[in-house]
Amino acid sequence: MFPKKGVRFDFWSFVSLLSLVVFGLFLIIPVGQMVVYAFQNADGGFTVENFIKFFSRPYYVRSMTNSIVVVLSATLLVIAIGVPLAYITSTFQIKGRRLMDILIIISMLSPPFLGAYSWILMLGRNGAITTFLRDSMGIRIPSIYGFGGILLVFVLKLYPYIYMYTKGALKKVDASLGEAAESLGYHGIRKVLNVSLPLVMPTILAGATIVFLRAFADYGTPRLIGEGYNTLPVIIYQEWVSETGTNAYFASAVALIMMVIAALVFLAQKWISSRRSTTMSMLNPPKPKQLRGLPNVLAHVYVYLIVLLSTLPQIYIIIISFRNTKGLMWADGYGFGNYVTTFTRSLSSIINTFQYAIIAILIIVVLGTLFAYLTVRKKNLVSRFLDVFIMFPYVIPGTIFGLILLMTFNRPPLILSGTAAIIIVSYVIRRMPYTVRSSAAILRQISPSIDEASASLGYGAMSTFFNVTMPVMAAGILSGAILSWITIINELSSTLMLYTGKTQTMTVTIFQEISRGGYGTAAALSTILTVTMIVSLLLFFKLTNSEDIDL
Amino acid sequence: MAVSINIQNVKKQYDDNVVIRDLSAHIQSGELFTLLGPSGCGKTTLLRMIAGFNSIEAGTISFDDRVINNIPVYQRNFGMVFQNYAIFPNMTVYRNIEYGLKNKKLSKQEIAQRVEAIMETVQIAPYKDRYPEKLSGGQQQRVALARAIVVQPQVLLMDEPLSNLDAKLRLEMREAIRQIQKDVGITTVYVTHDQEEALAISDRIAVMNRGDIQQIDEPEHIYQRPYNTFVADFIGHSNHFAGEVRGVEGSLTHIVLENGHPIAMPGLMPLKQGDRVQVFVRPEEFTFASKEQGMEGKVLVKLFLGRYINYRIDFGGPQAAEVTVDATTVDRIHDAGDSVYLTVNTRRANVFHPDTGVTLVEGVVSNVP
Repeated sequence: MFPKKGVRFDFWSFVSLLSLVVFGLFLIIPVGQMVVYAFQNADGGFTVENFIKFFSRPYYVRSMTNSIVVVLSATLLVIAIGVPLAYITSTFQIKGRRLMDILIIISMLSPPFLGAYSWILMLGRNGAITTFLRDSMGIRIPSIYGFGGILLVFVLKLYPYIYMYTKGALKKVDASLGEAAESLGYHGIRKVLNVSLPLVMPTILAGATIVFLRAFADYGTPRLIGEGYNTLPVIIYQEWVSETGTNAYFASAVALIMMVIAALVFLAQKWISSRRSTTMSMLNPPKPKQLRGLPNVLAHVYVYLIVLLSTLPQIYIIIISFRNTKGLMWADGYGFGNYVTTFTRSLSSIINTFQYAIIAILIIVVLGTLFAYLTVRKKNLVSRFLDVFIMFPYVIPGTIFGLILLMTFNRPPLILSGTAAIIIVSYVIRRMPYTVRSSAAILRQISPSIDEASASLGYGAMSTFFNVTMPVMAAGILSGAILSWITIINELSSTLMLYTGKTQTMTVTIFQEISRGGYGTAAALSTILTVTMIVSLLLFFKLTNSEDIDL
Repeated sequence: MAVSINIQNVKKQYDDNVVIRDLSAHIQSGELFTLLGPSGCGKTTLLRMIAGFNSIEAGTISFDDRVINNIPVYQRNFGMVFQNYAIFPNMTVYRNIEYGLKNKKLSKQEIAQRVEAIMETVQIAPYKDRYPEKLSGGQQQRVALARAIVVQPQVLLMDEPLSNLDAKLRLEMREAIRQIQKDVGITTVYVTHDQEEALAISDRIAVMNRGDIQQIDEPEHIYQRPYNTFVADFIGHSNHFAGEVRGVEGSLTHIVLENGHPIAMPGLMPLKQGDRVQVFVRPEEFTFASKEQGMEGKVLVKLFLGRYINYRIDFGGPQAAEVTVDATTVDRIHDAGDSVYLTVNTRRANVFHPDTGVTLVEGVVSNVP
């Protein structure tokens, strides 16, 4: 920006430096620490025995194959359910489509372990449906625990990703393409398979990758409903907090293995989609058609059934949150007892959640937009590094990120373990990439000349950014912030590694209550969480004036 | 208030790609100076070097005697109108115009007065509370202009300001810009690729090609006495005839065109018999004549345009020539296939060196420092 050959230290140099410090300190050093630990023994010497131990014991190898099998199965099932759903709602008129979309988004954004918990309440050993069927009809349903349960929860929690991605892509397929295909003799299912599907394939792949990484990283679900069907995140957590003393070295090795798998999947998807991306002209946007007769009924049944199944856990939790309890047992009748208990005993975790989330969001918004500006408008070495850094958190599961933060900051020079700061740091680093990406997308649509106009009128780099650039981006930043907010208040896996009694959040309290059988309080807290989320979502729709969420 | 701009031996390169090698120009205080050239010629690059959005790799740019190379953009004291206007979408018309003034130490009252006054000048006052999305292109253009000049900058920079407007608005706005620029008396650098716009609006024009200035002059000189063949071709249309000098007689140089037609050109530099030249004749520099005087041609196409008639005429050369006549002065309209006889207006036609492309007309200079 400045006509001097040397580097002039201006506002953006400062921001570049800040980005290096933030990501260096809280991402590069912890990841480096983990890699070093993975190759160390307790005496600090170099070793590969951690990996030998992992690959030589069936117990550990099993956890890896378990992870991959259940996650792959979930991903395939999710595609099988989500793609037709997206096709139906974007091609045909479905009554209540708007409500369906909101319900799907809610079930997508709520934490998976709550789904696991609710399905246990319904179909578990003493679940409501299980007991009802057994006692009144003598029917014994198969166990929900293990592979089947994890799969059920994953599929119903994650199909919305494929649905949203695919629907977004189908909306951008010019209707003339379908008409052209029909004029050439392709119709019905052949038209879909030959024209629409190939065009949205890269998008489906991108969605599938997100699903894979989400499921792969999830700790809460396999921990609650897996019952012995161990997956990698469960192993890492167990190794870290094992009763025989923590084993940071072995846990690091497992974490590294997990990250390598995630990174390979991520890179494979990037590679494939970079080779297959197509661009289309959009002159003739597709319009949903009205179906008649049986096909119309079937389409509606399909959509309603899936939405109902995925919303059921949420609804059930809300209902039972009002059921009276006595100690850990359910009692007859309904009331506000659980809420009273929750507010008297767990008020601090509610306050903590809101406090941490608000602080994290403020930091994310300010840093995220500044960094987005760097990556879009200031092409230099730092911004290229930044492009790479912001990919990292996509492949680092929460459990691992919590673990490596803890390993790095539990000793001098910087001790953060046990503080609220370390939880906020983990939220900021894990969520900021999404804000950087969405802000960068907005920035690319804003002409750089408005910044130049401001500079020509006598405003320096920083005042230009805060007077002009950021206000113009405001709507986009806000909608991104609301989404980040929702994911932060629902965050469990990294917080579970980082919390102490004083810094407990709602999700941690819910998880603990579930673990010790305090289902009433868990349900009440979950309901508070769900209501907060719905209110935030409605705010999002109101502010952005849109019907959809861009992922 | 207005300053002169002195550009001395400046250089611009992106990595290994040299866009401007060594360019100099002097822009006088208060004039409207246009950088005109095809896309990619470096005109916008040069403008952005003056603004400070582009770095200067060598040489200096000064406002009067003050070298501005190292002065950051926000301290250069210029106003700029952008191709896409760059109106702040989050501010009303009033706020947009006020923005630059708020940064100066001025009383609220003075700010209000100056904003109101400039809104009157550019005729945007009725829209002062509107947001940019509710304005037409011409109105946005007026806001951009008001915002740039309300801060009373030393220099006004305009980057293709009319290229996003429709033809009718373009004519209206270019008159408005010219009027306001004269009233305010501000030194203005104006970038365009539209030669007609440049001719209409400028005090002086610098025609650029491939990072070099070809010629700097007033519009009528640029059009009538182009310094080289690039300028002659870029501004307006010229018909090319190869020719050979047959002899010199006083101030007249006798040239025979490729089709055998002899012309006597006044005011050329000293040439010898046998010298090869290129003669450029604009479409309006032909006159219909008798069979004895004129050179013979065949009408290929006739286009009747109301005030003018355009002909494409084959004179036997490699390319058909374009001829324009004023419809009100002709007795008869020729049709395709007709044989016609035309003479060249030798006081207007230009002669160039066939290899260097530089003019052979006495007294025509490029004015490039």
